[in-house]
Amino acid sequence: MINTYDVLETIRMIQEECLDIRTITMGISLLDCIDADINKACDKVYKKITEKAARLVEVGEQIEKELGIPIINKRISVTPIAMISAACHCSPIPFAKAMDEAAKAVGVNLIGGYSALVQNGFSAGDRELIESIPEALACTERVCSSVNVGSTKAGINLDACALMGRIVRECAEKTVDNACFGAAKLVVFCNSVEDNPFMAGAYHGVGMPDCMINVGVSGPGVVRAALTKYPDADITQISDVIKKISYKITRVGQLVGVTASQRLGVPFGIVDLSLAPTPAVGDSVAHILEEIGLERCGTHGTTAALALLNDAVKKGGVMACSRIGGLSGAFIPVSEDAGMIAAAKAGTLSIEKLEAMTAVCSVGLDMIVIPGDTSADTIAAIIADEAAIGMVNTKTTAVRVIPAIGKEIGDELDWGGLFGSGPVMPVRKESPSKFIGRGGQIPAPLHSLKN
Amino acid sequence: MRAIVTVIGKDAVGILAKVASKCAEHNANVMEVTQSVLQEMFAMIMLVDITKLSGSFAALADDLTALGDSMGLKIHTMHEDIFNCMHHI
Repeated sequence: MINTYDVLETIRMIQEECLDIRTITMGISLLDCIDADINKACDKVYKKITEKAARLVEVGEQIEKELGIPIINKRISVTPIAMISAACHCSPIPFAKAMDEAAKAVGVNLIGGYSALVQNGFSAGDRELIESIPEALACTERVCSSVNVGSTKAGINLDACALMGRIVRECAEKTVDNACFGAAKLVVFCNSVEDNPFMAGAYHGVGMPDCMINVGVSGPGVVRAALTKYPDADITQISDVIKKISYKITRVGQLVGVTASQRLGVPFGIVDLSLAPTPAVGDSVAHILEEIGLERCGTHGTTAALALLNDAVKKGGVMACSRIGGLSGAFIPVSEDAGMIAAAKAGTLSIEKLEAMTAVCSVGLDMIVIPGDTSADTIAAIIADEAAIGMVNTKTTAVRVIPAIGKEIGDELDWGGLFGSGPVMPVRKESPSKFIGRGGQIPAPLHSLKN
Repeated sequence: MRAIVTVIGKDAVGILAKVASKCAEHNANVMEVTQSVLQEMFAMIMLVDITKLSGSFAALADDLTALGDSMGLKIHTMHEDIFNCMHHI
């Protein structure tokens, strides 16, 4: 009945190899909170979030205790606020404050959805929301923001890229006393997804039910530990080992999601099959790549090893849960991964290599610190490059770069906790301003025409 | 509903008795026990029925963890679902 080996394996994975559930995220639709009077709308937003998520943290902690597995974050995502604030015809900052207060009231550490979707152009409310992002992220603590500037179907809104280049800089400038943290809470997407449970890019899409539970798993440490037992295996066997272990990781995510949804009386959405690292020792995606056989992450071979890892994680996880969604892939946030930080400091890992890596994994140029004098146009061009990879490869890509205002190569930014710390990484100095300044829409690729 | 109690640490007299009596205090019925001692390291796995617990699951788990701490042992109390989902298709 009881298999000692299985029991001890599970306990070892949790106790020694950092296996955890990264997040239970409750998606809440705010479409029924729309009101021309912004004060009324904000009251409705606060009320709806605090009612729906009243028991989220309590139930999460209960499940954590019973199953004996840490659930690191309990979070909330909401309908992109630009859709709610459009009817108010004024600055949407009060919505950010209402979200922040609601998040504090229910005890979640982050709330996502201060967002706009502008891949095809700006509709009412979009520009106001985007212009307000730096202030919204500076005057709130837990609110996260995202903007979708492109998709495989729509192409890339180059005007939005240009605008976001400036906004990213302003987010950093407004929070310079707090290590430019504002920019760490803003993600610029191409092909963003409606059911992503991970911050800072989570929002609750309009095609979703009124309320749902999504789960994001983790477990880089477990994958690496499994690989250390096969030092001489060929790469096909390595793929098999990763598949088997990611099946086990994902099963726990499914169990937690189903249990939480039953107890909260909210439909269960998806499991996001992601290897999400943390800066903690033994919880690094870069170290998996090094275990596969690279002297340091970022050297030649990194893209191939990452492609294999990403693919095997999905193949192992796909049978372990009823529905898969979100971003589902290995994350490569530089500041949140001890191995990535070391590789970036050593100069092995460059932004160009990270860009290549994002073509084969989830999700994009993530948590990368760039020099404080990087121009808005250069950031816009970084966004456009990354969006192009997403658009052409029919995948989600994103940019979350943090301009370290007043700092340069050799310095670093440190936020502590899950956000970690990162060295300032070099970017190209030559100007892309003429390209960005052209504006307009990069047309969707031919292979988007599938009907 | 059943939970699996895992006890790991240095072998000593009375481990099984103390853990079992703590379970009894909470009205958790011990259904199955496997244990082994390897080079003085003690590993015991107990399957306990928790349907008629006198208090909450958290109280049982916390009490057992505290008992383990007082004896220099690691005691984990986890619902059996996590093991079943991970190791059975």
